[in-house]
Amino acid sequence: MTREGSLVRRTAVWVLLAAGGLIMVTPFAWLVRSALMDDNQIFVSPPEWIPKPFAWANFSGALGSQPFARYFLNTMIIEVLVVTGTVLTCALAAFSFSRLRWRGRNLIFGLLLTGVMLPYAVTLIPTFVMWGSVGALDTFIPLTVPAWFAGAGGGVFNIFLFRQFFLTIPFELDEAAYIDGATPWKVFWGVIMPLSKPVVVVVVIFTFIGVWNDFLGPLLYLTSDSKYTLALGLAGFQSTYTAQWGFLMAASLVVILPIILIFFVLQRYFVEGVTLTGVKG
Amino acid sequence: MRAERRWGWLLAAPAILGFGIFTIGPMIASLFFSLTDWQIGAPAKFIGLGNYRQLGHDPLFWKSLNVTTYYTLGVVPLTLVVGFVIAMLVNQGIRGRGFWRTVYYLPTLVPAVASSVLWIWIFNPDFGLLNSMLRQAGLPTSSWIYGEQSAVPSLILMSTWGFGNAMVIFLAGLQGVPRQLYEAVAIDGGGTWARFRHVTLPFMTPTIFYNLVTGTIGTFQVFNQAYIMTQGGPNNATEFYIYYLYTKAFTDSEIGYASALAWVLFVIVLVITVLLFRNARRWVYYEMGAAR
Repeated sequence: MTREGSLVRRTAVWVLLAAGGLIMVTPFAWLVRSALMDDNQIFVSPPEWIPKPFAWANFSGALGSQPFARYFLNTMIIEVLVVTGTVLTCALAAFSFSRLRWRGRNLIFGLLLTGVMLPYAVTLIPTFVMWGSVGALDTFIPLTVPAWFAGAGGGVFNIFLFRQFFLTIPFELDEAAYIDGATPWKVFWGVIMPLSKPVVVVVVIFTFIGVWNDFLGPLLYLTSDSKYTLALGLAGFQSTYTAQWGFLMAASLVVILPIILIFFVLQRYFVEGVTLTGVKG
Repeated sequence: MRAERRWGWLLAAPAILGFGIFTIGPMIASLFFSLTDWQIGAPAKFIGLGNYRQLGHDPLFWKSLNVTTYYTLGVVPLTLVVGFVIAMLVNQGIRGRGFWRTVYYLPTLVPAVASSVLWIWIFNPDFGLLNSMLRQAGLPTSSWIYGEQSAVPSLILMSTWGFGNAMVIFLAGLQGVPRQLYEAVAIDGGGTWARFRHVTLPFMTPTIFYNLVTGTIGTFQVFNQAYIMTQGGPNNATEFYIYYLYTKAFTDSEIGYASALAWVLFVIVLVITVLLFRNARRWVYYEMGAAR
């Protein structure tokens, strides 16, 4: 390949990426500009892109008209409980499935994997009825307790992820520890987990974002306003304040920003996370 | 070693219990519910296959199946093609790769509620971004999610914007294509197309297949847009399957009927998955001796 050819090629790639990137980013730009405009300017046609003046009051207005601080606190309580439970129980299960020998281990692991194919709709109604019958509706229990059972259902993906990673750690390390009289519990905490930080980070990120984005769960289980999460609060806000677009856009931006910040800081883990899963045949 | 066996069961216990309590148990319960006439607040009455028979005569069931199939047939191929092309572009040795990957992945991160709110506004026929742009370009405008014909295509467009997950998985797959083979093609005088056709594409078929299966299962279960953006309207044009199931169960309290809906969906997804796997033997290429 000649030098010139590769230059032409690179330029073409760059132009394509920039054009596509513009399409990807335009909705966000639209969101940001609308969040910073007062309602008169939002409805000007043809639309303007630069707010004049910047309506910073949208943020205080939006956040003041709904208890968003409360929603944020609720979301974070659920986050902490779910992320901790998922990482702990999924890692332990994966440790058992990959590094402890016991009869039936592969059969059970295979059985768990079939759960990934199950549409969530099948378990949705009975699970709801079950939580209702133990009086757990309108509490955080249905949203957090399944995480302490290896994430139940969707959590199998995390077990798989941990297991794939654990299999790459040399088994001699465990054996050495066992000879020194360690229990599997000690090997897990002292040998395996310290070497598994990358995969822990990946599971933490994916779980965190899953909870942050979850809408159906809170919609089903939370009924009193004081227990709402951010996603639920925003959806309620959408139907109540359809006239106040500036407020609505400002509130949306507040819900999106933390996730985007996390992504920018931890960007490389996102791609690595998928590479780790060994998607390839 | 008896101790090892005990520890094995003990540490896997939460996962095994979770599977029993939150997957197997509800599955069996769901099947049982689907054979009853059960409205919340009244006792359940066993009616055998009554709910399933009723499904056949329910126009909204067929409508929701149609809408969901239409949506899946739109979103899955589009996401695969766009995701694949962009993954190949951001896999080139260009400057700012991380930046481009971020830009294309960004929409996937946005909470469904926030992106729904944003797109309601983009689709607004009077003041929305899309119609404003069309007007400025002198093109005919659309009623987007507010038109019976245009509602589902609009949601397909919106969902394709979030192709980032497919792209990331394609990127992971591209890392596994053996570089030496490209050189072999070059020695044989093959150009860019030959490299793509004879090396990249065959080696990517397992990844394409993975995205096809998970994408199909995922789009068959779409809910948020129907609930937040259109409430199934206009005139049931966006009556997605799970949205219909949700309203049956949690608005009309018809637990038995909704459970039958859930089981029919389960069977549909199962059949599609089996068909895809059968068909895969003909085109998915697995590297010989790639046993790891």
